[in-house]
Amino acid sequence: MKTRMLGFVALIAVVGAAINGLFVVPADLNQGDAQRVMYVHVASAWLAYASFGVTALAGLAYLVRRDLRLDALALAGAEVGVMFTAFAIWGGMMWGKPVWGVYWQWEDPRLTTTALLLALYVGYLLLRRLTDDPARRAARAAVVGLIAAVDIPIVHFSVIWWRGLHQGPTIGDPSKILNPSAPLQFVLALLAMLGAFTLVWVYLLIRRYQLARLEWHLEDDARRGRVEAARRGAVGAVGVEEPAG
Amino acid sequence: MTNVEFVIAAYGVILGGIALYTAFLARRIRIAQEASHRLDGDVDEAR
Repeated sequence: MKTRMLGFVALIAVVGAAINGLFVVPADLNQGDAQRVMYVHVASAWLAYASFGVTALAGLAYLVRRDLRLDALALAGAEVGVMFTAFAIWGGMMWGKPVWGVYWQWEDPRLTTTALLLALYVGYLLLRRLTDDPARRAARAAVVGLIAAVDIPIVHFSVIWWRGLHQGPTIGDPSKILNPSAPLQFVLALLAMLGAFTLVWVYLLIRRYQLARLEWHLEDDARRGRVEAARRGAVGAVGVEEPAG
Repeated sequence: MTNVEFVIAAYGVILGGIALYTAFLARRIRIAQEASHRLDGDVDEAR
């Protein structure tokens, strides 16, 4: 019930933030309406980082505590993170074409490392399908999730470390938090969208976690059923071989 | 494409994608819950 209420609040918040970003906040003087894409693009990118951070931390905690609930949380983070990374890339492309003149440029470190991040976590999700053993799957996934997380700071700091097409941080740079280069109205619209997307993110994480737990129980029941059937089959087979009388 | 069309494409895909994923998750949860209830019923019947 609480999750449903959270979903409802998240829906209202996203609709409100979208209306604000699309119709209330003025267009940028130089970029025009294309600048409105930034609100959903940046929010998606930040939540992609957060999702993969959850996957890495839950994976690390799993390796320490061997609790499959932590693996379910890691899976939820990875799947939701893949979605937000794809949205961040899509939003960036929809902003890049009118402002940069190109949808994509492989020479840009931010774009390339983000594409790598997406590939790493799609790989993480595929890796999970390689085995039916929950403990082995969780351990392998935890290790891969930790290795893949190395790309998160590389993506974030790529605009500072290397020169490319992508601009530097607008408010993410610690020195610019109190003095952002974008007008306050734009920053507030971005923060409103980030807040709304964060509510959606928490809701989706909870729902994906619930699904992972349900699927795990079904898998477990199926496995127990198979073992039980095999035992019955073995007993039956012994029974046939037993001499009558 | 005009700037506005790029904005519509961005918001449409991102917000529409979130809505679709939410609906997809809800459907998968419902199917898993039904399977779980069915299994519980089978176990009760077997007892």
